[in-house]
Amino acid sequence: MIPGSFSYHRPASVADAVKLLSDLGEDARPLAGGHSLVPMMKLRLASPTHLIDLHGIAALKGISRSGNNLVIGAMTTQHELLASEDVAKAMPILHEAALLIADPQVRYRGTIGGNVANGDPGNDMPALMMTLGATYRLEGAGGGRDVAAADFYQGAYFTALEPGEILTSVSVPVPAAGHGYAYEKLKRKVGDYATAAAAVVLTMSGGKVATCTIGLTNVHETPLLAADAAKAVIGTSLDAATLKKAAAAAEAIMAPAADARGPVEYRKHVGGIMVTRALQRAASRAK
Amino acid sequence: MAKTHVTMKVNGAEVEGLVEPRTLLVHFIRENLGMTGTHIGCETTHCGACTVDIDGMSVKSCTMFAVQADGSDITTVEGMANADGTLSALQEGFRMMHGLQCGFCTPGMIMRAHRLLKENPSPSEQEIRMGISGNICRCTGYQNIVKAIQYASAKINGVEFREAAE
Ligand SMILES: Cc1cc2nc3c(=O)[nH]c(=O)nc-3n(C[C@H](O)[C@H](O)[C@H](O)COP(=O)(O)OP(=O)(O)OC[C@H]3O[C@@H](n4cnc5c(N)ncnc54)[C@H](O)[C@@H]3O)c2cc1C
Ligand code: FES
Ligand code: FES
Repeated sequence: MIPGSFSYHRPASVADAVKLLSDLGEDARPLAGGHSLVPMMKLRLASPTHLIDLHGIAALKGISRSGNNLVIGAMTTQHELLASEDVAKAMPILHEAALLIADPQVRYRGTIGGNVANGDPGNDMPALMMTLGATYRLEGAGGGRDVAAADFYQGAYFTALEPGEILTSVSVPVPAAGHGYAYEKLKRKVGDYATAAAAVVLTMSGGKVATCTIGLTNVHETPLLAADAAKAVIGTSLDAATLKKAAAAAEAIMAPAADARGPVEYRKHVGGIMVTRALQRAASRAK
Repeated sequence: MAKTHVTMKVNGAEVEGLVEPRTLLVHFIRENLGMTGTHIGCETTHCGACTVDIDGMSVKSCTMFAVQADGSDITTVEGMANADGTLSALQEGFRMMHGLQCGFCTPGMIMRAHRLLKENPSPSEQEIRMGISGNICRCTGYQNIVKAIQYASAKINGVEFREAAE
């Protein structure tokens, strides 16, 4: 399995990358970790004629603080996220989810920018970024713009990225001190994409849920925010009846594809279970 | 497609070659350099047989282009023996603990375990199993591979290797 022919470019700045992308047109693609794109090229499901390798651009690397946000450069790898003390302390759910992505080799190469820009419903970071209220910075020939993760996903492999734009960083608000969190992912084996997964970030006050956000991975052609499910748990102590209601509200918006991971009904059913487990674990961690 | 000139360090020696941009690193290593220790098992980034060590990372060389490795420092299984030609702790571990049957996955397992032990010289059994979760073996059931890595870990740390009671 050898990909089709292409020309290889390795720009040294975001401006050069954007210029190359817009000059070379539709058949040019950014190359990040390559761990979604290269397998697709080998299967000839993608055949870009120009690859713009982002590895030479230092400005796309690294994790920094900006006010109450962690700003993560697009070319930061999952491995680097796992090694970051800032992430482990301020956003432990990001650490927990990154560890559930693929396997060590893939995590050394795969980047957060590639994961969120890819538009594959199976990717784990998009639903998590929606749950955390993250914003993506996009740079194009006409300048930069910020798009909320929640507005970015339009269909399978179809995002708000315009031709010629690259995603340069992800800005994530640090959740409230003492928040509870959990990323629950059902997969067939270590290293697999989710059969269904749920992200929960919540705060508790006097034993009751004060705020709650729930995101869903791989149960629809885009990642989802389960707003009704989150609303159902506010003000409750997550008793059995509430958990049942929340799972049902989440299942009601799921529309997974039947595939090797199971038929539609099964994937919805386990999606509801992931929501229940994530809510319980998040609550148990809240201070 | 025009070929590109690449140079890199492989197992301590400078090498060079002309590659098409679409040439995968694993093909460059096997075909241009004639080092066939690095195997191709699946080509779909799942099996880990093609794992090599690049600039301090374990990488599946079937999912990276040779042009991307220009200027980098690579170790393959051919570079794993000690300088005097004796087997390294990991290689010895695989031999002593019967960590292989057909041996097809072994180079990738050794290269992955090499980086795992660099990052964590005393991994728990669970950490070893998670650490090699990107490497598939069709033969051994992993038990002896885990033991081989535990053997190497003990040897690197200068402690006596004791098999856990089963
Ligand atoms: C065996 C295996 C198992 C996996 N399991 C999981 C899993 O469980 N969960 C999961 O989430 N992922 C999984 N992945 C995918 C992996 O996480 C990829 O690394 C990730 O989806 C894409 O990131 P990348 O950096 O490799 O991007 P690439 O493959 O380089 O790019 C992906 C797409 O995004 C575009 N792109 C990349 N960067 C940018 C940018 N900065 N701006 C604009 N467009 C950009 C590219 O043009 C391409 O279309 C798995 C992959 C493999 C091979
Ligand atoms: S051949 Fe590279 S992962 Fe299987
Ligand atoms: S020893 Fe045969 S595949 Fe692992």
